[in-house]
Amino acid sequence: MNELRLRAVREPDAPPEDKESEPEAKVDGETASDSESRAEATPLVTSVDDTPEVLNRALSNLSSRWKNWWVRGILTLAMIAFFFVIIYLGPMVLMIIVMCVQIKCFHEIITIGYNVYHSYDLPWFRTLSWYFLLCVNYFFYGETVTDYFFTLVQREEPLRILSKYHRFISFTLYLIGFCMFVLSLVKKHYRLQFYMFGWTHVTLLIVVTQSHLVIHNLFEGMIWFIVPISCVICNDIMAYMFGFFFGRTPLIKLSPKKTWEGFIGGFFATVLFGLLLSYVMSGYRCFVCPVEYNNDTNSFTVDCEPSDLFRLHEYNIPEVIQSAIGWKIVRMYPFQIHSIALSTFASLIGPFGGFFASGFKRAFKIKDFANTIPGHGGIMDRFDCQYLMATFVNVYIASFIRGPNPSKLIQQFMTLRPDQQLHIFNTLRSHLTEKGMLADATEN
Amino acid sequence: MISLFFLIIYMGSFMLMLLVLGIQVKCFHEIITIGYRVYHSYDLPWFRTLSWYFLLCVNYFFYGETVADYFATFVQREEQLQFLIRYHRFISFALYLAGFCMFVLSLVKKHYRLQFYMFAWTHVTLLITVTQSHLVIQNLFEGMIWFLVPISSVICNDITAYLFGFFFGRTPLIKLSPKKTWEGFIGGFFSTVVFGFIAAYVLSKYQYFVCPVEYRSDVNSFVTDCEPSELFQLRSYSLPPFLKSVLRQETVSLYPFQIHSIAFSTFASLIGPFGGFFASGFKRAFKIKDFANTIPGHGGIMDRFDCQYLMATFVHVYITSFIRGPNPSKVLQQLLVLQPEQQLNIYKTLKTHLIEKGILQPTLKA
Repeated sequence: MNELRLRAVREPDAPPEDKESEPEAKVDGETASDSESRAEATPLVTSVDDTPEVLNRALSNLSSRWKNWWVRGILTLAMIAFFFVIIYLGPMVLMIIVMCVQIKCFHEIITIGYNVYHSYDLPWFRTLSWYFLLCVNYFFYGETVTDYFFTLVQREEPLRILSKYHRFISFTLYLIGFCMFVLSLVKKHYRLQFYMFGWTHVTLLIVVTQSHLVIHNLFEGMIWFIVPISCVICNDIMAYMFGFFFGRTPLIKLSPKKTWEGFIGGFFATVLFGLLLSYVMSGYRCFVCPVEYNNDTNSFTVDCEPSDLFRLHEYNIPEVIQSAIGWKIVRMYPFQIHSIALSTFASLIGPFGGFFASGFKRAFKIKDFANTIPGHGGIMDRFDCQYLMATFVNVYIASFIRGPNPSKLIQQFMTLRPDQQLHIFNTLRSHLTEKGMLADATEN
Repeated sequence: MISLFFLIIYMGSFMLMLLVLGIQVKCFHEIITIGYRVYHSYDLPWFRTLSWYFLLCVNYFFYGETVADYFATFVQREEQLQFLIRYHRFISFALYLAGFCMFVLSLVKKHYRLQFYMFAWTHVTLLITVTQSHLVIQNLFEGMIWFLVPISSVICNDITAYLFGFFFGRTPLIKLSPKKTWEGFIGGFFSTVVFGFIAAYVLSKYQYFVCPVEYRSDVNSFVTDCEPSELFQLRSYSLPPFLKSVLRQETVSLYPFQIHSIAFSTFASLIGPFGGFFASGFKRAFKIKDFANTIPGHGGIMDRFDCQYLMATFVHVYITSFIRGPNPSKVLQQLLVLQPEQQLNIYKTLKTHLIEKGILQPTLKA
């Protein structure tokens, strides 16, 4: 059966002797494509059976194929349970989890780069890659922290200075890394070092920016974090199920296991799931309210008046569906309409993230990103469809939901010069008068 | 080349913007061509189209962010432009996604690795050339002096380091570039600081260079006309004692901007060369002599601009950290997007604040 990934029993792939021919290929005179054609024959990572002992014993009676199915199933349930536990623990823990996932993904991709280029022994490079990760994280966390912890930051003098000159400090840190890179260039390894430099930066671009967008979404309200991620996971599972039971026409050459039936079935199932999930979640304040940092209690609170999006509205059902269902009106949260957009994106475009990762694995001849989760591969394997989702949700929120933050605007206004303040004030006044919000003659 | 530079400065900010755009496109083209040659991937299906498409998307995104800020009044008038601005991020993201999906669909069985390499190469190139060029344009809008002084400092450092190295050069600086010497490096540093100092003094006098570039909707063109800010007004500084005896003067009148120019020149001389070493390492890694043959005797456009990479980012970060507060037109634009009730609330808060500060007279009718 193609669908099942056989991980329990596997012959080691190509004999290790082939690897010795590769270092000679990495001489400066070679062009990249020559060394690649030699490398095409040998996969880089041999796979290993790493199911934990306890599961091995419990499942020793079953044949290898079903054992693999059970391992995958159990781990899936374990991951979902873990997900629920974390949601219960609150935003702070979620932030930490996102951070850990990000670091692990970065580590996995960089390790692949090392394996591809046999560059594990390059001087400085491991240090530099982690240093750049630290810099970019510092920059992003600084920007987020300054926004959300504004009052806390203003109180502490060292934090205030750090936040005022934040960009300059981050840039300086990055520059130091850049200069260290230039100074570390070694005569025979120029090309390798530039490749690793490029590899590190592209990885940072993908992994770190996404994780920070995820945290931004989280601060909007936990529902903006939970619903998109659940939709992607649901689409994964549903597409797999539909493909398993009804799958016939292959979808794309890149991933022979995906089928059109799975794709379309997954789409409808995910939209339905999104609608139901948002209906359930919109009822609870702890999911719906923006996360705020409360100065007095020194912790995160989610307590507010739910916005318009999360209040039940009545919608008239169009004629067509009225006859089918027999109801005249339906009460929905406006957020459920947005959830349709989110689910649609998760089902239609999310898989492209998966194809990108499959193409990547095929290009570099690896089976999985790493062996962290038994039966599932590495962390990146689980998160590959999430790449684009986080960016989409963030752009969606910025474009359609949230306007600029009024308190932030007032802060910015206070720092302007007096003549600029006056100019803005007058423009605002004429604008409001035009709109009829301000009466011309009376003092407001 | 230097005369071309002067000619373009004379023609004004709009021409400068076009020039920066032209250089960016040419740099992108040069680096991508090198990538094609390295990977022998000139025949890959779709790839040329995709690279240019991504360049277009990223430029659209950046120009949209800039244009929205500076052309706020112009944009408010046209209905379609307003729509484009409001959903700008979404539209840019959708365009990028289309390119991403095209890339995934274009993956061909035997060429996966090559295609991923070219994809990464394109993105790193975009990161370097396009973001830098947009930071340059943002610096330009602050005032042409923020564009001219840094770039001239880098060019001056190049030239004076070469001259000092030519006449006095003895100890090599770094293995990457055997032609550079410590004498050139240090001599270049001091001459660039002096040059920056003098150039800042000369340029600070003219409103044309010092004022932020604004777009006037009535005139439909760019205008640089304003009250020069504090940075560009002469102030007297008392000299420290040892300089007093040397120069026999009690005080000296300087523009505060000249102090900033020392920071720029220092950066240009000390860190700028690292950009040059990076480019040298790059050329050595990929076994090319020059980036291209555009300029006879000098190589490609990238060869001339390699030291400028970091300068533009530094100037931008410097301006945002030390000089400029938030951008007023951006604040105004965001204000206008808010809900009317929120606008009214803010209006009341602002009014109390301004009256407190004495900027607004309390007797003014609302």
